[in-house]
Amino acid sequence: MTQQSSQRLGIVTDGSLTKGIEVRLDSSASVEDMAVGRYVTIEGEKRRFFGMITDISLGVIDPKLTLTPPDVTDPFTAEVLAGTSTYGTLHILPMLTIGGGATDTIEGPQPVKTVPGHFSAVNQASQQDVELVFGGEDARKFYIGTPLDMETRICLDLPELVKRSNGIFGKSGTGKTFLTRILLIGMLQKGAAANLIFDMHSEYGWSGTSEGGRTVKALKQLFPEQVAVFTLDEANAKRRRVSTDFVVRIGYDEIEPEDMTLLRQTLNLTEPAVEAIYQLSRKFGRNWLQSTLGLPESEETEEMLKGLSIHESTFQNLLRGLHTIERLPFLMPHSPDNTVKRILEYLDRGINVVLEFGRYTDITAYVLVANLLTRRIYAQYRERMEKAMAEDTAPPHPLVITIEEAHRFLNPGVSSQTIFGTIAREMRKYNVTLLVIDQRPSGIDDEVMSQLGTKITCLLDNERDIDSVLSGVPGKNELKSVLARLESRQQALIFGHAVPMPVVVRTREYGSPESYKDFLSPGQTDTKKQTQKDIEELWK
Amino acid sequence: MAELGRVGEVIEASTTEFVAQCYELYQSPPLGSLVKTILPLEEPLEMYGIVYNAVTSSLEPGRRPIARGKDETSEEEIYRSSPQLLKLLRTEFSALMVGHRQNGKLYRYLPPKPPRIHGFVYLCSDDEVVEFGQSFSFLNILLNAHLPVSAEELVAATLRQMSQVYDDRSRFMVTAGKELAILLGGELNRLKAILGRIKP
Ligand SMILES: Nc1ncnc2c1ncn2[C@@H]1O[C@H](COP(=O)(O)OP(=O)(O)O)[C@@H](O)[C@H]1O
Ligand SMILES: [Mg+2]
Repeated sequence: MTQQSSQRLGIVTDGSLTKGIEVRLDSSASVEDMAVGRYVTIEGEKRRFFGMITDISLGVIDPKLTLTPPDVTDPFTAEVLAGTSTYGTLHILPMLTIGGGATDTIEGPQPVKTVPGHFSAVNQASQQDVELVFGGEDARKFYIGTPLDMETRICLDLPELVKRSNGIFGKSGTGKTFLTRILLIGMLQKGAAANLIFDMHSEYGWSGTSEGGRTVKALKQLFPEQVAVFTLDEANAKRRRVSTDFVVRIGYDEIEPEDMTLLRQTLNLTEPAVEAIYQLSRKFGRNWLQSTLGLPESEETEEMLKGLSIHESTFQNLLRGLHTIERLPFLMPHSPDNTVKRILEYLDRGINVVLEFGRYTDITAYVLVANLLTRRIYAQYRERMEKAMAEDTAPPHPLVITIEEAHRFLNPGVSSQTIFGTIAREMRKYNVTLLVIDQRPSGIDDEVMSQLGTKITCLLDNERDIDSVLSGVPGKNELKSVLARLESRQQALIFGHAVPMPVVVRTREYGSPESYKDFLSPGQTDTKKQTQKDIEELWK
Repeated sequence: MAELGRVGEVIEASTTEFVAQCYELYQSPPLGSLVKTILPLEEPLEMYGIVYNAVTSSLEPGRRPIARGKDETSEEEIYRSSPQLLKLLRTEFSALMVGHRQNGKLYRYLPPKPPRIHGFVYLCSDDEVVEFGQSFSFLNILLNAHLPVSAEELVAATLRQMSQVYDDRSRFMVTAGKELAILLGGELNRLKAILGRIKP
């Protein structure tokens, strides 16, 4: 039943389902070889348990030993005491049962409902165990990384993943962007969803940079047929030699008062100023923005404002904000083309759309455009979904919208009013979900956080951020210590719907010629050396 | 001439220990040796003891030996000039009962019956010592006995004695030491005392 390769660590001495299990280390196992985040199996009498090491501690049988430490320079004494008078303890969070006898492994892993008995043997999980729980790339499951100190591939069920909105967190420089790219490739390959990516720093469509100035390929370079790059900054795209599919222009007449509410914070608008926008739009209609900006400084204007009971200072505050918007180069009085329509055309063909912001990386532009386009696209999906339901036809293909700096859209102050808050809360009512990326998750509304199906988090060191990410998760305290000890990059804790239990991964390598090859031909390993060489040439 | 390994005869017996008189003066087995005596039942009952004490005294109770060497040049001379001494003195040793064997099975706890007087006492062979030392559960009996010799001394002597028949002596000592560390969980000083006496 047990693989002989698995190494015995110790025995269960204490524990509870909610607080985890205490394991006394055998004297042959050194505490220094243990690591939080690692997997173990526990051989209960009736079933096998699968769990994660969440803490490691030292114990002595007799407190006197710590007061008058024995002479451990004597190797004999040291060896005798290790594991007997002094011992190591592992704290283990049991997560799953993975079948009892050899026969009923067919059931697959089940969530734990009890704990193993006293003195059950605890082993390091073998490759096969880990594979049984997370493994097996297939039509739905995508390889995202490997567990600590193991070669096994941890896989995510992507069609399952995109049923809910998800989040990628971690402080700056921990690997969020790299992870997102990998995940987007997965969705693209598994056909789980079409993606619309609001690419603030222009790193998903075409060559992102890695630390040390090395450039890495992005989606369109790897999958030119399945990815369209839209840009807000044509000049920048040209200079970077990006092959763009569409240049986005937005007309003043496309901006509705609802698009402005989200900008209140970034534009420093007062509450009355936002109200004034609604009044002005009622007065001027679609062209409210241009009309407002064109108002002359005259008595007539003053009269009109008075008529709308808009205070002079409110109006000035509003004008300052509108001028900021007016200066955005991709805005014009009237756009020659319909961006929303174009985006939908691509998405409908199953082509993923990356919208690059080029040089316009300030948050005003980002919030304005992402919100404006998402509102309209979402409305379309909603219409289609309702139609499909009424006519009993096929629903639209799932859409995943990726936004960065998510707390700008989803902070408690605005989340109830924005389209993003709506999408996050409605789950996949209309087949649209979010992939939110943020380095400050504590800035996101708790309610939205609790709706996220799967969270992938790289290292966070701010207590509030950690709390917000783990809030409501079983075993929160244990996971906290795991999360706080992730390496500073390329490691992540994944938990939620798409994985049977929380898992720490070393994120799959991205950026080397071999890694591109791996992404392009999933499942094919060891091809001949020559092919590899050819590919290296190709990507030089 | 006694058979191989036979060292004496039981002269006092109880459930927990027995005293044997040595056939040869001063030829008591070393402190901590594993010895056995056999009760000749239908299924013979072999009883194992650990030697914890040895005494040499006058054969007649109440008659103390007197000093005789004033005019002799060496200790040997005393015995040579008074050969009757060897008949007037005797050596006895005491063994603490630590196990028994019946129907071929070895148990490391007290036998159901005490030995009989005049039961032959043997020093155990190397093979028997190895077999007995496969489990250290008998150490508990030694640690808890109330004897004239301290339990720490006795345990240490026993382990030193047993270890002689093992090829990897230090392995044997570490394993025994770990067992003691567990048995003496809260008694660090006793543990230290023993470890200090069995250090290879
Ligand atoms: N999966 C990965 N493969 C290779 N390098 C990685 C990976 N994840 C992170 N890195 C390294 O870490 C750096 C920071 O990652 P990045 O995704 O830009 O961080 P973030 O978006 O969180 O600020 C990258 O430039 C790269 O050098
Ligand atoms: Mg980034």
